[in-house]
Amino acid sequence: MIWQLDLAILTLVVVCAIAAISVKDLLGSAILFGAYSFMMCLLWAIMGAVDVAFTEASVGAGVSTVFFVAAVFRSTRRTKD
Amino acid sequence: MKIIALAIVILSGGLLLYATQDFPSWADPASPASMHVSPHYLQKSMEETSVPNVVTAVLADYRGFDTMFETTVIFCAGVACFMLLRISRQTPEDRYYRHISTGVTIHIKGGGKIPDKSKEFERIDTMWTPFDLVIKTVCRFLIPFIQLFALYVIAHGHHSPGGGFQGGVIFGASIILLAISHNLRIATKRMREKLVGLLCVTGVFIYAGTGALCLLMGLNFLDYGALAPLLHVDPVEARSLGILIVEVGVGIAVMATMIWIYNNVSSAGKYDEGL
Repeated sequence: MIWQLDLAILTLVVVCAIAAISVKDLLGSAILFGAYSFMMCLLWAIMGAVDVAFTEASVGAGVSTVFFVAAVFRSTRRTKD
Repeated sequence: MKIIALAIVILSGGLLLYATQDFPSWADPASPASMHVSPHYLQKSMEETSVPNVVTAVLADYRGFDTMFETTVIFCAGVACFMLLRISRQTPEDRYYRHISTGVTIHIKGGGKIPDKSKEFERIDTMWTPFDLVIKTVCRFLIPFIQLFALYVIAHGHHSPGGGFQGGVIFGASIILLAISHNLRIATKRMREKLVGLLCVTGVFIYAGTGALCLLMGLNFLDYGALAPLLHVDPVEARSLGILIVEVGVGIAVMATMIWIYNNVSSAGKYDEGL
């Protein structure tokens, strides 16, 4: 485990998480959430939990982003608050 | 109100961070979990289940109940989406058709339609843009390989990372890719709504049915060793095969649920026009 890499990915996770809830554009928020999932996937892989990383990559970064985009497409792209 | 909310969030976050100090540190060999259960799984799973990948052995055999109810949760999510979104009785809607040779678009109001098999006209979505040849060709080329990879992930879960969940999601994603790159009607023609719902139930049924079969054969629920007389192998090999059967069930259920949720969400329950 390389701690510099670990720290960089952890920082990106926090940045993605904060950005995903503060961005006004919901489509951008969905993409940021996908990026967050991908960073988490890298973290799992670093910690040696390859099965969890695989699940995170396929479910979190892949399909759930598509669901979010579909939901945004059918509702509104802007948040009220 | 926002300040109170922020204070509560910071307080509970701080308490959670404070509580993590009591956790054993990462990969600590002296932690309770690594003292008793983990060594048993690591040392005995190969001779008890003949599955080289310990994670699969734990997930589908030692902790089979967990995985069964995880599958049920996914199934419930699909059913909830269906119940919330699906609109069964529709008012006749406007349809758009495009004359293939000239590109003229006609708008038919109030439920009128041109037969789907018409050679001159093709039905298009309200917000239709011309198909991009690159996207269409690349997706057509990719989808079979994605599906093959999904089957490999399911079947190879005994030896490498992967299994029913991941393979099912990848297989579902390939059908979703077809729906995105072409349109929803082409995808639902390949995977009809009834078939998707049926597959969803079948996957959960395969899992629970395997467990019940073990019960019928005289051992505990989900103790795959009981299947040995049926499969004509010794009990250890039967546990390995039982895991494979269960993983296939999980894969079918997850694949169908992903397609089901996508179809319902992207078409707002009408199964007419998608993303």
